[in-house]
Amino acid sequence: MEFKDYYTTLDIDRSATQNEIKRAYRKLARKFHPDVNKDADAEQRFKEIGEAYEVLQDAEKRKAYDKFGKDWEAGQEFKPPPDWDKDFAFHGGGYTENNAADFSDFFESLFGARKNGAGADSYTGYGQNYRGSGQDLHAKVVISLEDSYAGTKQSITLQRQSMNEAGQLITQPHTLQITLPKGVTEGQQIRLAGQGAEGIGEGSSGDLFLEIAFRKHPHFTPSKRDILLTLPISPWEAALGGTVPVPTLGGKVKLSIPAGSQTGRKLRLKGRGLATAANKGDQYVTLAIMVPVAQTDAEKELFRNMEKSMPFNPRSNLGV
Amino acid sequence: MTMKTDIQCTVFDENDEYSLKELCSTCRVHTQFIQDLIDEGILSPRGTQPQEYRFTAVEIRRIQISIRLQSDLRINLPGTALALDLLEQIEELKRSKQQLERLYALKKY
Repeated sequence: MEFKDYYTTLDIDRSATQNEIKRAYRKLARKFHPDVNKDADAEQRFKEIGEAYEVLQDAEKRKAYDKFGKDWEAGQEFKPPPDWDKDFAFHGGGYTENNAADFSDFFESLFGARKNGAGADSYTGYGQNYRGSGQDLHAKVVISLEDSYAGTKQSITLQRQSMNEAGQLITQPHTLQITLPKGVTEGQQIRLAGQGAEGIGEGSSGDLFLEIAFRKHPHFTPSKRDILLTLPISPWEAALGGTVPVPTLGGKVKLSIPAGSQTGRKLRLKGRGLATAANKGDQYVTLAIMVPVAQTDAEKELFRNMEKSMPFNPRSNLGV
Repeated sequence: MTMKTDIQCTVFDENDEYSLKELCSTCRVHTQFIQDLIDEGILSPRGTQPQEYRFTAVEIRRIQISIRLQSDLRINLPGTALALDLLEQIEELKRSKQQLERLYALKKY
């Protein structure tokens, strides 16, 4: 197991006061909260910050942790010495907070494992357990736009805590095969009833909520069920109009460009976005005129001819 | 490792409507909490009386984010409403930004 430097995690000195620790924690918690920060590693950072704060905000735990102090560096192989915690009040384990489901092995080896049976795989800080029923779990599932367009089967693996026959709390990977229907959108929630944390005693299991996130697509930008695409066209296609091929999630289609189009013109391909049985998105194509580089003398001559025979001031609205 | 196949999924779609009672049991919150979110403008159900309230399923996400922001970051209700609105604006801006970046990326050719 790796040693964790909680001071580095909170970006504070070892001499920081309790107030400084609190301030550092709150600032970082706001910055990395997974609802606010969409970076892939935000959830992990948020958990680490919470774990560091859990130890450092508690004077006893901090004192115990500080015993390891300067001799250790983050990432170093770590094994706590036997009975290292015997002089401290929390001997025997037990968290003070109820959102400690995600703390690291390092934390558990020092401060003991969680006592109650409901665990969450994610950043839920709220542990309302009604009638001893298991907590709801929240997780993200990242799919491609093509997956949403066509519908997809995904397999997801969660770390779930449960009681074994001996009544011990164990963490096990748990793999679910799920079938996502067509047309799911970014941020959409999917509930898997009964797939959350196991209940305590007679309590029923919680639910698992999955939130859909899209992998970045090289060309398409999703906007709810609509798909946005920037489409390069030639100056003559823009000037004269014409029919050009356009990629869509469902394959190539033809789009007719009206004569006299400019960069930024938006055209709609109806029904070519993400679709469910009831809702159909469209694809919006924004035109971008690309000018070919004139290389040969003949090519340059073509542009000179245009210059001579087509009076055109693109800056007229700037008054010059 | 346990393996299960073909789990029943419920996709919370904008066409699905939930009553106040259904919403509370799905999100495991009290009706008063939902009423507070309505009063703050975070939720806008159809109907004027609690018994008539109809929520779209996409509002479940707003409720869940509200719960997390309040408990993880100690944000009060007006702050939560502001954060949700700003988060939506950020999403919209990110989309526009990505579109513009793609337009400028074309100019390299």
